[in-house]
Amino acid sequence: MTTLTELHIGDSLHSIELGPVTRLDLIKYAGASGDFNPIHTIDEEAKNAGLPGIIAHGMWTMGNLAKIFSNLYEIGYIEEYKIRFKGMVFLNDVITLQADLKEKKEDKYYFNVAAINQSGKEAISGEVIFRTY
Amino acid sequence: MFNESIGKQSKPVKNLVERGAVKKFALAIGDPHPIFIDEEKGRQSRYGTNIAPPTFPRVFDFGAIEGLDLPNKGLIHGEQKYHYNRPLRAGEEITCYTEVRDYYEKKGKQGEMGFLALKNYGTDANGEIVFTAEQLVIINETIKRMVMSK
Repeated sequence: MTTLTELHIGDSLHSIELGPVTRLDLIKYAGASGDFNPIHTIDEEAKNAGLPGIIAHGMWTMGNLAKIFSNLYEIGYIEEYKIRFKGMVFLNDVITLQADLKEKKEDKYYFNVAAINQSGKEAISGEVIFRTY
Repeated sequence: MFNESIGKQSKPVKNLVERGAVKKFALAIGDPHPIFIDEEKGRQSRYGTNIAPPTFPRVFDFGAIEGLDLPNKGLIHGEQKYHYNRPLRAGEEITCYTEVRDYYEKKGKQGEMGFLALKNYGTDANGEIVFTAEQLVIINETIKRMVMSK
């Protein structure tokens, strides 16, 4: 069902390009997560906080990034998922999700993961340890 | 006040990994994979039920730490790390609590910034840890002053 075991160091899992970020995306995430910090949904509040406009929840981006691994849950699971929030994601940004295999040790696959915006800047980056059964 | 919180824990809170909440969350992160949202596919899977995406604990209530009153606005999320011993299963009850691991200050471009390290825990019905979630919260001077003056 997957080619995970055939991956070599330096290979990537299929990257995913998200559609432009919409306000509705962030309203939905606010509702589903319970994070109602208004800088993510209300223009005026974002401006009062010194931002040019509303920004995505960091956890929205982190949540999205994990879906690169969703096809693999029959053979393993995400044991560790570590992210540093580096740049803001604004409305209409086009985010690309990436995972590159950097190391394999027995049942553990170590990936560098990142969400990159349309200018090639990292919004978030970090590491996933995918552990196979 | 942040320093005094180091080592403090919240009172544990029981949280249900509710099927509908898992589905809503999976949809909100654009990940409607059947393993999360299709009951039949969940049953046929190796887990025997649906599982939750790794960032799902965002919805859990980890309880309040006495004396630590963080505002809902103005905090910056710096880092987040999840560690799982197994995925969360739909329908199970998870007992959650949080702990202040560390607090330190560093001079930055915008003055003296505070760094608050929290660690969240989720345990199952057998008392086994299912996951931990560590987060680093960055607190700027304005917010710091606001919280201190309360």
